[in-house]
Amino acid sequence: MDKLAAFGRLGLDIIASLGRSGRFLAGVLGGVSKPSVAFPLLLKQLYSIGVLSLAIIVVSGLFIGMVLGLQGYTILSDYGSEAAIGQMIALTLVRELGPVVTALLFAGRAGSALTAEIGLMKTTEQLSSMEMMGVDPLRRVIAPRLWAGFIAVPILAAVFSVVGIWGGMLVGVEWLGVFEGSFWGNMQSSVSFTNDVLNGVIKSVVFGFVCTWIAVYQGYDCVPTSAGISSATTKTVVYSSLAVLGLDFVLTAVMFGDF
Amino acid sequence: MYPHIEGCNQFARVAPTPRRLLGTGMDTSPYIELRDVVFARGDRRIFDGVSLDIPRGKITAIMGPSGTGKTTLLRLIGGQLRPDSGTITVAGENVPRLKRKALYRLREKMGMLFQSGALFTDLSVFENVAFPLRVHTSLPEDMIRDIVLMKLEAVGLRGARELMPAELSGGMTRRVALARSIALDPELIMYDEPFAGQDPIAMGVLIKLIRDLNSSMGLTSVMVSHDVKESLSICHYACIVADGQIIGDGTPEEIKAHPSEQVQQFLHGHPDGPVPFHYPAADAGQDWGITGRSR
Repeated sequence: MDKLAAFGRLGLDIIASLGRSGRFLAGVLGGVSKPSVAFPLLLKQLYSIGVLSLAIIVVSGLFIGMVLGLQGYTILSDYGSEAAIGQMIALTLVRELGPVVTALLFAGRAGSALTAEIGLMKTTEQLSSMEMMGVDPLRRVIAPRLWAGFIAVPILAAVFSVVGIWGGMLVGVEWLGVFEGSFWGNMQSSVSFTNDVLNGVIKSVVFGFVCTWIAVYQGYDCVPTSAGISSATTKTVVYSSLAVLGLDFVLTAVMFGDF
Repeated sequence: MYPHIEGCNQFARVAPTPRRLLGTGMDTSPYIELRDVVFARGDRRIFDGVSLDIPRGKITAIMGPSGTGKTTLLRLIGGQLRPDSGTITVAGENVPRLKRKALYRLREKMGMLFQSGALFTDLSVFENVAFPLRVHTSLPEDMIRDIVLMKLEAVGLRGARELMPAELSGGMTRRVALARSIALDPELIMYDEPFAGQDPIAMGVLIKLIRDLNSSMGLTSVMVSHDVKESLSICHYACIVADGQIIGDGTPEEIKAHPSEQVQQFLHGHPDGPVPFHYPAADAGQDWGITGRSR
């Protein structure tokens, strides 16, 4: 009976948390600040969330592209189809790995930092003091971060895919000797802008929004102690990763599941 | 050491009705009125029907043992928490019923000094004090600079304007936070444990600042503290909160002579009394396993 009650309580807690996060999101999106105030704050966050994430995105993209080139060549050469390596790398990156890996890296690098920063602001009463000064922290602190994540992730995903393709080209063409014309030509003929590139962009927009929402909400809702911040940061990475992978399946089924 | 300013009438828990002194135009109505406020966290009632008037233009000290809800009271007044029932009126506005926009407008008339200072750690001292001015006014930059320097001068930290919060001592942090909280010349200022963890010099500075700001700016000041001596030395009116109720209120002299044993225990710091030394526990014999043991 106790286990049943605990299970029920867990369910109620989850529903309550979802409700709180929904209200939180409505509060963030509902408020509109003056552009002269909001734009500088957004730019600052775009820099710390987006620009400072570029290094990990570029390096990861390069290595993943190189691994794809190597693995693709090994497999495709068994069938004498190593010329198709370009389209394989491009489709894999644009459709799947670009949006998914970027979102996972973003959750680990920027999402956790967002949660810790907002959680620490809450713990040190900076958010409360802002409220008492007549400044809404949802607009001043949360909204610029949410929009910055929403904007940054698709751009980072595009950078990831471009660098990955270049890494795959380095391995496939420069190292393993695949004909350069086949590499680029097959890619150009098989990658569709609407079906592949656009769907990849839609995925990264969704992932960016969800990851940033989770990160800012966990920070804002954390227990204001050091253990609370630690727990919230962990939750951000875990929930974001699971959400990205789960949503990826759903979106892939919707976008490419026309069997 | 800190001469008490006389001339404040005791405000009863439920205030008398006169609002203005005839012929003078001076508003004598309480700045803050709490009526039958009930506030609970889970099953625990923090306030159980509290009524209190806070006089305009005076320093009111709210004292009481730790964990009795003193800071919660400030958050209720500031509208950061809503009571389960009862009314809280600040400057004539019923705070729990205010819409978001009206509440934020009312807060522009309030300043609050948090226990930790709550300075923005990514902004310098100057920018911290300038923050409310930049957000709420469209003053030109040279005027903001002058105002910020005046506020910092008032707390003795004009020379520290370039420092970052991490470079400040605890006392300096609170003084900067105080300068920030008076940046918009508020009508009400709330102090949350202003003396906690301060050395004697910093405490003396804060006492002087609170008293001087109150008299020079005509502020209504509400100070939450459990530092009895310091609080009673500067307040015009004090009330003691315990067990979800106000157990004593009046001028400092009246508080010192209060007949309640619980008030006297708090004022003199007796370890045992109506507030027991021991937290409620099971029979000691049971814990040590010696009850009913037969030999």
